[in-house]
Amino acid sequence: MDALAVEGVWRYYGDYPALRDIHLTTEPGTCLALIGRNGAGKTTLLRTIAGFARPMKGKVLILGREPRDPETRRDIGFLGHGIALYEELSALENLMLFARLYGIADPRGRALEWLEKTGLERVRDGLVREFSRGMRQRLAVGRAFLHEPQVLLLDEPFTALDDRAIAVLQRLLREARERGRTMILSTHQLREALELASHVALLNRGRVAFHGACTAEMVADPGLVYARYGEG
Amino acid sequence: MREKILYLLGLAAFVILARDIYLIARLPPEAAQGYAFKIIFFHVPSWVGAGASVATALVASVLFLITKNFIFDAAAVASTEVGVAFLSAGMVTGSLWARPIWGIWWTWDERLTTTLVLWLLYVGYLMLRHAIEEPTQRATFAAVVSIFAFIGVPIDYFSIRWWRTQHPSPVFFSSTGSFPSDWGAIMGWNILAYLLLAAVFVAVRLEQEQAQRELDSLRRLAHSF
Amino acid sequence: MGQTTIAEAPSSVQPATRARPSLWHQVFIIIAKDLRAELRTKEAVNAALAFAIMILTLFSFAFDPAEDETKMYAGGLLWIVFAFAGTLVLNRSFARELPNDCLDALIAAPISGAVLFLGKALANYLLVMAVELVALPVFGIFYYAKWYSHFWDMMLVLALGTWAITVIGTIFSALTVNIRLREVMLPLLTYPMLVPALMASMQLTVDLVNGKSVGTDAIWLKVLASFDILYTAASLALVEIVLVG
Repeated sequence: MDALAVEGVWRYYGDYPALRDIHLTTEPGTCLALIGRNGAGKTTLLRTIAGFARPMKGKVLILGREPRDPETRRDIGFLGHGIALYEELSALENLMLFARLYGIADPRGRALEWLEKTGLERVRDGLVREFSRGMRQRLAVGRAFLHEPQVLLLDEPFTALDDRAIAVLQRLLREARERGRTMILSTHQLREALELASHVALLNRGRVAFHGACTAEMVADPGLVYARYGEG
Repeated sequence: MREKILYLLGLAAFVILARDIYLIARLPPEAAQGYAFKIIFFHVPSWVGAGASVATALVASVLFLITKNFIFDAAAVASTEVGVAFLSAGMVTGSLWARPIWGIWWTWDERLTTTLVLWLLYVGYLMLRHAIEEPTQRATFAAVVSIFAFIGVPIDYFSIRWWRTQHPSPVFFSSTGSFPSDWGAIMGWNILAYLLLAAVFVAVRLEQEQAQRELDSLRRLAHSF
Repeated sequence: MGQTTIAEAPSSVQPATRARPSLWHQVFIIIAKDLRAELRTKEAVNAALAFAIMILTLFSFAFDPAEDETKMYAGGLLWIVFAFAGTLVLNRSFARELPNDCLDALIAAPISGAVLFLGKALANYLLVMAVELVALPVFGIFYYAKWYSHFWDMMLVLALGTWAITVIGTIFSALTVNIRLREVMLPLLTYPMLVPALMASMQLTVDLVNGKSVGTDAIWLKVLASFDILYTAASLALVEIVLVG
């Protein structure tokens, strides 16, 4: 069974098709880097896969199920542009909230475990409002990983992260990969993404211009995909 | 072809209206109300036009949510705008009649108040549309508001009716008033004319709305290069 | 477009069966979260309360509270105050989810839109109720209104009327959260929608303040109850569309 199957998905903004007949399939354990210029449809595609927006034609299946199926959503971890944490709640309360929503048996234990993994156990009772930018980002990474999702959807994950948060995220992503998780990440930072990626998909004006394995050649020269398939 | 049909329908509406106005002008003054009663020939059709438009808006909104086809969104906004115009016409003609008969421009009776509340609801709908940029979200949210507004119509009507009532009871379908049959014919034709007008207005606004959306998407496309 | 895929490591990593919280438990989690976040700052509740008392003061210049006739207006006045003050709380409801894209995380979580809506509506309900229960005695003192003569009748009207304000306010708070002029759009859409519920609550409150029981105008109780049921059902049915399209 495919970890992700996008079958002929269209999404419009009015009459303007932001996604045009997208077909993508990835096997479990794949790390797919979605690349493309601003406005190519990366975020729209990722949000449609995550179930934040319904495709207007075609369908998305994650592990064989609809994205809006609650069972599917337990298997998805989403890290978007915002940190998705409540300013008025403490680090521990934020993680416990999501642990509870995901139906994790021991929410407190799981929250503490992830505070440790992200190096925030000492400030667990501090309110997010008082956190530095880097701390918030690490907590956000913990929030997205805490329910140990099968499929990770990451929208520009390395943008605006500080060094320590990048290190935490890369470590977690490698771990997840070793454990056979599937990852789809949209990105501008080609080098970071291609080092992780097993596959690459290039979006150009809402279409998939290229989808294939990430080769050593590409890692050595990240501009190659754009040069070869970019403006078709 | 489509335009020609629209012109023809519009023309038909005007011909019927002109004939009706001629006939209405020749009617004798009514015993109790004098000439003011003639407003009813324009007042009642406004309600019928408004009711038909608002019901169309509801159907179009539901269809949009089911099909996600933007033509239904265009139909919804077009018929809501026409509905608001007819609601306004109904309130203005009612007001013109009330002044000589009741001695007041406005009264808080069941029908007038219901109309005002509906007018506010649908004006809110149109304002909400203006406040949302993204067309898919705009269409979806507007459709939800339209459904909510329509649910309110019967509750509004009955509750305002229990609240207080000054409006003359409808002279059709009721035993208290009497309406000569030749007047009834004029009324029927006038209602038809108003409905034709409503249909033409809705069709024209629908075309504009479709063109506007196409324009917006071309602009978006131009920005993507 | 090449669709190459590489066969990779086995993927039979299905975790053990996971606990599934019941729907009401999920609703409770959302209520608890909203109340905790609000009570930590008390921003909306304090603002709403101050606003309510201010309007009660301003109305005393419009009508002479000592006159007998004012008893006929007092019920209406009270509900205008509640509708205004309630809007301040409801405006914050979904706006609270905006700053860090928290709404995305809630939509991504394995709970349905209806659960999210119910949780938020009930949290708002408790907050608006709290504001009203403080404002009500103040109203009684300022306007010499014996609102407590049929205490439980009054509580029933308060409970039903407030749910009407809350259910409409919550769904429209979700609709208007992302748009320009949010603070203006919410009352613009909700007040005309609330007309029948407010009329019913006003009429019943006027009766109660004048020493009659709600039985006098039982029809208004029915209007209020049907309004609540109808719009709660419509909101639950449509909230998923509002949240994900």
